[in-house]
Amino acid sequence: MKIIETHGLTKFYGKSRGITDVDLCVEQGDFFGFIGPNGAGKSTLIRTLLGLIAPTSGSAEVFGLDIRKNRTEILSRIGFLPSETNFYSGMKVKDVIALSAKLRGKDCSKTAAELSERLELDLDKKIEKLSLGNRKKVGIVCALQHESELYILDEPTSGLDPLMQREFYDILRERNEKGATVFLSSHVLSEISRFCKSAAVIREGKILVSDTVEKLGHTGVKKVLLRGAESFGEFEGVRDVKREGDSVSFLYSGGAKQLLSELSAFVFNDMNVSDPELDEVFMHYYVKEDR
Amino acid sequence: MVLYLHELKRSRLSLIIWSLAVAYMLAICVFIYPEMGSQMDEMSAMFADMGAFTEAFGMDQVNFGEFLGFFSVECGEMMGIGGGIFAAIVGIGALAKEENDKTADFLLTHPIPRGNIVLSKLLSAVTQIVIFNAVIIGITAVSILAIGEEPSVKKLALIFLSYFILQLELAFICFALSAFMKKKAMGLGIGLSLGLYFVNIVSNITEEAEFLKFVTPYSYTETAYIMENESLEVKFLLIGAAVAAVCLFAAFKKYTSKDIAN
Repeated sequence: MKIIETHGLTKFYGKSRGITDVDLCVEQGDFFGFIGPNGAGKSTLIRTLLGLIAPTSGSAEVFGLDIRKNRTEILSRIGFLPSETNFYSGMKVKDVIALSAKLRGKDCSKTAAELSERLELDLDKKIEKLSLGNRKKVGIVCALQHESELYILDEPTSGLDPLMQREFYDILRERNEKGATVFLSSHVLSEISRFCKSAAVIREGKILVSDTVEKLGHTGVKKVLLRGAESFGEFEGVRDVKREGDSVSFLYSGGAKQLLSELSAFVFNDMNVSDPELDEVFMHYYVKEDR
Repeated sequence: MVLYLHELKRSRLSLIIWSLAVAYMLAICVFIYPEMGSQMDEMSAMFADMGAFTEAFGMDQVNFGEFLGFFSVECGEMMGIGGGIFAAIVGIGALAKEENDKTADFLLTHPIPRGNIVLSKLLSAVTQIVIFNAVIIGITAVSILAIGEEPSVKKLALIFLSYFILQLELAFICFALSAFMKKKAMGLGIGLSLGLYFVNIVSNITEEAEFLKFVTPYSYTETAYIMENESLEVKFLLIGAAVAAVCLFAAFKKYTSKDIAN
């Protein structure tokens, strides 16, 4: 079943671009990474799905429900973490968490206590005394305490220390294993490649690619490293040539046989052919259109 | 209900300060009356002889020698300006403060229809104004009893009622403005209530400007009319009700489809 599906979703803020013609599909039970540089439109898409902003054109369904007509029902089944977590100043952490539960009409005190303990969150502190990371933790508890079907997390780990990031992803993975769908945006490439099952890359408001992380990693492109190379010249299918000392590395797309016959023209000591890191694949999408 | 209570809780400090401050001013006004009462004959003559100034504050039409005459002018200024500014602040912040304080992402991603949010905030604003009036009426009533005056309860009640309606009107207008704004425009609210107050003063001074009474809700509080007719002036109230209805409709319409950008 499709949890999120968008059709030609477009949002313009006046004349400035948010997202254009986005077709995206997230399956139930997926752990979906949504990746792109700052200002690419990640938050715009998320805010549109949540009904914070209305699309200029196109449509979208979450849980098969239209985002414009069923906003409230959709929200009741989503846990959302905004990229910038701000709360009512003057309130204590525990009061904010309780308020969030009450606004949902649920008693989540048990889960909230568990989450706060795992994230080492001080419940008696006032909101305005919290550091960025601790405010994020309050947001995480608010997003996760009611155990929903879909989690939408906008740059969830910014501000969290590495230990907390790991704990946070552990929690997400547990929820995902229990059947919840996770949709998170990030510009940290390694996060997506480590934790996500599927991913989409957005750039300048457009989705460039969307597939399983596994398939994204196997693009038919090989990373070739030649050591002790005495001579080297570019041939067809070669790009991103980097030279370091006497080694040469490049990305190659094409047949293995052709690669070997081309390489036989050069002199080198050793060679290594591998799949490129997912980071490099993503980076490739990031910079592709600049050339 | 949760949001309504949350709203009230968040505004309690400002509510307490404003209620007590205005009530305190009113009490002082009441307590100086006996002192002034002894010199009232001279005072009345003086107040009646200040030309345009006398008209501007409606002092030509009320009897200063009588407690209610004195009360309606002196305390009226306090309630008109103080209450007006309070009501404007309550209204202007109601919706816009969520975006201003960046808490909109938190509130509006909970499963609450936007219409309910507007309604909760509106009810909270009205409740604050009711409490504000209860406090100032209570303290003023005690003060009046303390100095041993026994004014007509009906007239006194009508004076308070007129200011209550004035405050509601200002709050509704500002509430509607609030739906259209991303920032808490406190200055706009205060400016608007003071502006309308001065429009009323201008309309008192010359007959040519009398049409302005239809523009400003301060026309509800025309003491001379209340004293003479023992009722409020309905034609102004009808216009006020229409303006209020338009404002509330606009607020609902705008906020339920508003883009909450970050």
